Amino acid sequence: MRVSSIDEKARTARGKKALYGTDVDLESYESEAKPQGVVANAEDLPSVVKKAALDVGVKLDSESSGAYVQMDQTPVIAKSLYEGVEIMDMASALEKYDNLQDYWWKLVAPDADKYTADVAAAPPAGYFIRAKKGMKTVFPVKSCLYLGSTDLNQRVHNVIIAEEGSELHIITGCTTPAHVQRGLHIGVSEFFIQKNAKVSFTMIHSWGKEVEVRPRTGITIAEGGSLSNNYILLKPVKTLQTFPTATLAGRGAVASFNTVIYSTMGNIDVGSNVNLNAPDTSAESISRVVSVGGEVIARGRMTGRVPGARAHLECVGLLLSDKGRIYSIPELDGQSRDLDMSHEAAVGRISEEELEYLMSRGLNSEEATSVIVRGFLDVEIKGLPEELKQEIKNITQREDLKGAP
Amino acid sequence: MWLLEIEDLSVSIGSKQVLKNFNLRISRGETHALFGPNGTGKTTLLNVIAGIPRYTIDGGRIVFKGEDITHMSMDERARLGIGMAFQRPPAIRGLRLKDLIKIINPKADAPAILRKMDFEAFADRDVNRGFSGGEVKRSEMVQLLAQQPDFVMLDEPDSGVDLENIKLIGEAINQLTQKDQRPSSRTKSGIIITHFGHILDYMKADRAHVMLNGNIVCSGNPGEILEQIKKSGYEGCVGCACPA
Repeated sequence: MRVSSIDEKARTARGKKALYGTDVDLESYESEAKPQGVVANAEDLPSVVKKAALDVGVKLDSESSGAYVQMDQTPVIAKSLYEGVEIMDMASALEKYDNLQDYWWKLVAPDADKYTADVAAAPPAGYFIRAKKGMKTVFPVKSCLYLGSTDLNQRVHNVIIAEEGSELHIITGCTTPAHVQRGLHIGVSEFFIQKNAKVSFTMIHSWGKEVEVRPRTGITIAEGGSLSNNYILLKPVKTLQTFPTATLAGRGAVASFNTVIYSTMGNIDVGSNVNLNAPDTSAESISRVVSVGGEVIARGRMTGRVPGARAHLECVGLLLSDKGRIYSIPELDGQSRDLDMSHEAAVGRISEEELEYLMSRGLNSEEATSVIVRGFLDVEIKGLPEELKQEIKNITQREDLKGAP
Repeated sequence: MWLLEIEDLSVSIGSKQVLKNFNLRISRGETHALFGPNGTGKTTLLNVIAGIPRYTIDGGRIVFKGEDITHMSMDERARLGIGMAFQRPPAIRGLRLKDLIKIINPKADAPAILRKMDFEAFADRDVNRGFSGGEVKRSEMVQLLAQQPDFVMLDEPDSGVDLENIKLIGEAINQLTQKDQRPSSRTKSGIIITHFGHILDYMKADRAHVMLNGNIVCSGNPGEILEQIKKSGYEGCVGCACPA
């Protein structure tokens, strides 16, 4: 898409409300932030950033194939440690690759809603990650998007390309430090998973009580390619709405979405949308939601368009408080013969029998509830390297996840 | 000297009375077996001693280690030394057996316990999830061996278990009830519900009772009582051999 046409589209959508989620008043946020100094290595980052990154499972000092850190609107590190992976900040990538003609705004429309329009109108910031053809690594690219200024509208636009036969793992932690009272994060991400490439993308969010979040994600997966997408939100947020859309475009493409939410407040509207457009494709979406307060809408939509496509949706919720709400909306849209699509949804409370069982072993009611909640959130994620699996487990097994706020 | 004393206990579930003026006393170091047809209140008795809150106590009391525990919560009873192997325990998603062992008793030697029950392969499995009938029973014994209760209650630990594993379970019960020690030095006690008594070939019970309609109708030597039941049924047993 030509730059002028992106700008034009963005202009038309400036006031366009999103289909889902509460409406955010963009005018009430600042779009300019004080530029941050670029650092050479992760060790040179301010300790508050390193600590925040650790909190969302991103150990910047441990083994990785590269790192990207953005503070407010400034990319402060974009660095590859493995020749098979290219990592750049977006402005540099656009310059190097002729505006990324084949990728930039190809999977997310600039005029999709006011948030995408807002990102399109802003100077480009975000990461460009490219796994080169045939290059495989189990060491993840580690990235941290840090929103460190109160009232800021942080805008990010990422492009991820996994070329033919490559293997790429990315972990992204998005976070605000405690001193940030209020903020907005809009993140556009476009994933191009090419023939037989394997990608895992794990995102952990940890925001503040007055932070609003609007990720916008588009994914395309070619023949034989696979994606394991994992999203974890365990900390309070004011409002959050995301509905990543994946298109399985080539034969045998596979997508798996795992979502883990622990809600204490706010309005959280999450889900995934998968189009199964090619033969022998399969998709799975598993969400586990615990609410001790706040409203969680868990969506899942699968559209099967060709014979032989297989899709399964699972939305399970534990509602532990009168102040909470879990609204589970699984949708299956079959548009062809010979499809195999199913869903399973359940919202309920903790089983008395399980509680009593653990109490008979000496755990008090609170401890037993907490053990059950943590077990419930411990989703078995396939396709991740062992280290990332352990990271996710550490995060979902935090001691502070309890039955009551 | 009594570890457990149940006095005139009456219990109901909803409008149905299950135990009527029930009495039982178990000394330190003693293990009792409980026989009786289905629906006669055996499991209810164990559940009420464990403190499962679904039951209404209409009268009487339960005294454990000299303390009235009739209205004590389940976890307090567990910490006081009561342990139970459930007949059909629930599965707990996302809780690995080895982690549960640690939660039950941080000092427990988990590998040794798992090895003892030939259950190492299940250490990383979710507790009871997808376990067969016999595996569930071994999982229960593993947890009790970690918990080390002073009074162990076993609800049909032998049902659905193959012969080889019945032996393992019997040995574990003997260990829990200190049957491997001299009688005079035993302080731990137990009560076991068994339908067919197979487990009694592998563990030692000191005394047995037959329950009918919510009460004990006959007590005595486990071997003799079991023989009578086999010969003439539960009712027949009452008429024939009740030495106590």
